[in-house]
Amino acid sequence: MKSASELLAAKVSHENWTPLIEVAVREVFDLMLGCELTVPSTAEEPTLDVTAMVGLAGKLCGVLSVRCEGKAAALMTSKMLGVALDQVGPEVADALGEVCNMVAGNFKNKIAGLSEGCMLSPPTVITGSDYTLRSQTDSPALEVRLLFEGLLIVISLQVHS
Amino acid sequence: MPIRALIVDDSSVMRKIVERSLRQAGIDLTEVFQAGNGAEALVVLKESAVDLILCDINMPVMDGLEFIKLLPGIENAKNVPVVMITTEGSEAHVVQALSCGARGYIRKPFTPEQVKEHVIPVLAGKS
Repeated sequence: MKSASELLAAKVSHENWTPLIEVAVREVFDLMLGCELTVPSTAEEPTLDVTAMVGLAGKLCGVLSVRCEGKAAALMTSKMLGVALDQVGPEVADALGEVCNMVAGNFKNKIAGLSEGCMLSPPTVITGSDYTLRSQTDSPALEVRLLFEGLLIVISLQVHS
Repeated sequence: MPIRALIVDDSSVMRKIVERSLRQAGIDLTEVFQAGNGAEALVVLKESAVDLILCDINMPVMDGLEFIKLLPGIENAKNVPVVMITTEGSEAHVVQALSCGARGYIRKPFTPEQVKEHVIPVLAGKS
């Protein structure tokens, strides 16, 4: 998946990658779930108790995460599988992990020179909100906040320099 | 034409999405085998013949490129077309996959239409 922004991406430093992350997320939800994400109008933050993470290593080192409420993760699974919400079972973690994997892959494919020089780890999914993620990074995380069917999802990229 | 497909991906959700996309493409799937990595896929191919393989690249145990390099030596997989479905989107990955024997390459995220566009010509021997 390529976009017009790809050509510009190599010229900007990682502090300016937030719009590319947002495009990458929007494309994944559009193509794989048939959903258009919207921008939250309030700063309200529900408890985001499911987190999927994918590590990046190589030319770019860091962690990309997708956080959301359990009901948002279940709804994503429902849409990905094309089944009713009440038929969704233990595959929720797998589905959110795959969403995170596709966002990470789609994002790195938009950065010229990064696509072939950056490897992705298999996704890790954490359930629960009482944890602190410490990453060996010296810069603040890039964060994108969007609504999926009215439910907040937060996508973060922590870059190790 | 009835098709027996092998879908190789470490995500069970993605395997189901690929299967659904094949059916939406109008492909008559008589049997669908699934494997979570290349090593599991080799076990499937010891027992079963297939007509089409769809395979991820990044998987634990045995990745997709290592797996498809072994296919010419497997009786049930000789001349079976392989289409990669992966988040790896660089031209280098595409070239590497094609040089390893893949006949098609689909980047994730994808639409059912893209699966159709890439798989139908491969099945028809046009790719």
